[in-house]
Amino acid sequence: MRILEAQGVSRIFGGVVAVNNVDFNVEKGLVNGLIGPNGAGKTTLFNQITGMDKPTSGKIIFDGKDITGLPAWKISRLGVARTFQNIRLYGDLTVIENVMMGLHFKVGADPFKGRFVQAVKSYFNAGRENRELYARALEWLEFFELDGLRDEEAHNLPYGNQRELEIARALAADPKVLFLDEPAAGMNPAETAHLMHIIERIRDKGVTVVLIEHDMKLVMNICDNITVLSFGQKIAEGTPEEIRSNPQVIEAYLGREED
Amino acid sequence: MLNFFQLIIIYAGIYALMAIGQNCITGNTGMLSLCHAGFYCIGSYVTAIICKTMGLPFWFSLPVAAVAAGLVGFLIGVPTLRLKGDYLCIATLGLGEIIRNIATNVNPVGINSVPRAALFGYQFSSRNKLTFILLIWFFVMIAYVLFRQLAHSRIGRAMIAVREDEVAAQSNGINVTKYKIGAFTLGAAIGGVAGCFATAYTLTVSPGSYTFMVSVMVLCMVVLGGMGNLKGVILGAFIIEFISYFPQLVGLSSVIPAQASQVLYGLVLVIMMICRPQGILGRDRYRYGSQVKKGARKAAGAKEA
Repeated sequence: MRILEAQGVSRIFGGVVAVNNVDFNVEKGLVNGLIGPNGAGKTTLFNQITGMDKPTSGKIIFDGKDITGLPAWKISRLGVARTFQNIRLYGDLTVIENVMMGLHFKVGADPFKGRFVQAVKSYFNAGRENRELYARALEWLEFFELDGLRDEEAHNLPYGNQRELEIARALAADPKVLFLDEPAAGMNPAETAHLMHIIERIRDKGVTVVLIEHDMKLVMNICDNITVLSFGQKIAEGTPEEIRSNPQVIEAYLGREED
Repeated sequence: MLNFFQLIIIYAGIYALMAIGQNCITGNTGMLSLCHAGFYCIGSYVTAIICKTMGLPFWFSLPVAAVAAGLVGFLIGVPTLRLKGDYLCIATLGLGEIIRNIATNVNPVGINSVPRAALFGYQFSSRNKLTFILLIWFFVMIAYVLFRQLAHSRIGRAMIAVREDEVAAQSNGINVTKYKIGAFTLGAAIGGVAGCFATAYTLTVSPGSYTFMVSVMVLCMVVLGGMGNLKGVILGAFIIEFISYFPQLVGLSSVIPAQASQVLYGLVLVIMMICRPQGILGRDRYRYGSQVKKGARKAAGAKEA
C-alpha cells in the first residue's frame, strides 16, 4: 500500500532542472531507499515532499490527501517527520529539550479549540505540560540509549549521537513517515551498524522510513525497495537485487565503458 | 545624592520593562530589532493624550498604551519579520525613526503638564520618589513573573527553537511566522507599558526623548545581562542606567560631556564580547528534571497519605 506518492514532480531553479518529472512512491511499513550520485536531486525531492520548498509542477499525495504546496509545519503536523543532511539541532537547548521540541504539537492539542486558545491554555498549564513532555521525551531518549546525556547541551554531543538525537526528535512526533537524509554520512562502520539496527527497530514500530544514503552496504542491506535518481530523473526502481544488476544504475554511478 | 540614586532606580525600572520586551524579541526569539524607542514613544503619547486631552485616569491609559504599542508592533511585524538578521535590524531601525518623526511633525513641542497618576486618592508625584519606585518595580515584578512563565512554557520553548534553527522548527510543526509576530507584538506591548510609566513620572512627553540611542541602550541591556535571561536583563538595565548617570552621580557633569556615557556603553559591550559573550548571567537554564522529581515526590506523598 502506498502511503505517499509524488506524481510527476519537477523543480526548476532558474535554468537548472533539479528534479525532472519524477514519480516516487513510498510503500507503507517498509524502508524505502532513494539513491543516486551527488547532485541527482534527492534532497531537493525530499524538500518538495516535506514542504520546505514548493515543486514547480507535479502533485504530492500523502495518506490520500493532496499536500502539494502546504507549508512545512502543516505537513509535519500531518505525520511527516524528517532529519537533515547537515544536522539541524537546537544547539543551545539540552538533549531532552530537543526531543521535547519534537513533541511540541503532540501535547495540549484540543481539536475543539483554536490554536490561540490552546497556546493560552498551555501558558497557564506550563508546569504540568512540561512534566508530561519530559516523561515522554525521556522514553524516546531511552529508545536511543541517550538518556544519560539528557542534560547535555546538544552542540556538545559527539557527531554520531547528534545524528541519533535528530532522529529521536523527528520520531518523537509519532510520524507516519520518517524521512532520513543521509543519516550515515560521516559515521564510522561501528556507528553505521548501530544506525542500521536503529532503523530496523523504527520500521518494526510500524513507521514507514524513506532513506537517502550513499553507503551502499547500508542501503542494500536494509531497504525493501529502492528508487534511483540521476540528473533529476528517475532511472530505476525495484528491489535491491534488481538495482544492483541494473545496467543504467551502474552507468550512472561508474560511467560508461568507452571502447 | 539619595535623591539621585532613587532617580536611577526609577529609570532602571522603566528601562527594565523595555528590556524585558526586547528580551522577548531578541533574547528568546532571536530577532535583532532596534525600534523599542518607537514603542516606548507610542506608550508615552497614548498615556499623555488619554490623561491630558481626554481627561481619563492613568489606570485606564495603562492597558490602552500596551494594546496600542502591541498593535503597532503587530502591523510592523507582519511585513518586516520576513527579513532576517542585519536586514531586519535596519528595517526596524528605520521604523523607530519613522514613529519619532511622525511625533515630531505632528507636535514638535510635545505635551506638557500631564495629570498625575493616582491610586485611592494618593497622587504619585516625582517629589516623592519612594512611592514611585514601589509602583514601577511592582509592575517590573509582574512583567518578570509573566514573561518567566512564558519562557518556561511550551510556547516559550518554541520561540527558542525559532531562534536556534528556523528550518528545524518548521519540521517540528512550528508556524515560525506566527511565533515571530507573536513575540514581536508582546515585546512591543511591554515597551508601551514602559512609555506609560515614563509619562506618569515626568508628566511631559517630547519627541526628542525617543531617539535611536534609547533602542541601542535597551539592546545593550539585553546583551549585557544575558540574552534570554530575565534576571540578567533587569541587572543589565541597572548597570546601563548607572553608567548613563555616572557623570552626574560623581558630580563631574560639567567636566565629562553627556556623550561620554555612549563611549562607556561601547566600552562595556566590547569588554563583554571579549570576556563573557553570553552576558553577565549567561543563559537561563530551566531544570525540567528537578520539576519532574518534585512532581513524583508529590505523587508519592499523596500515595502515602
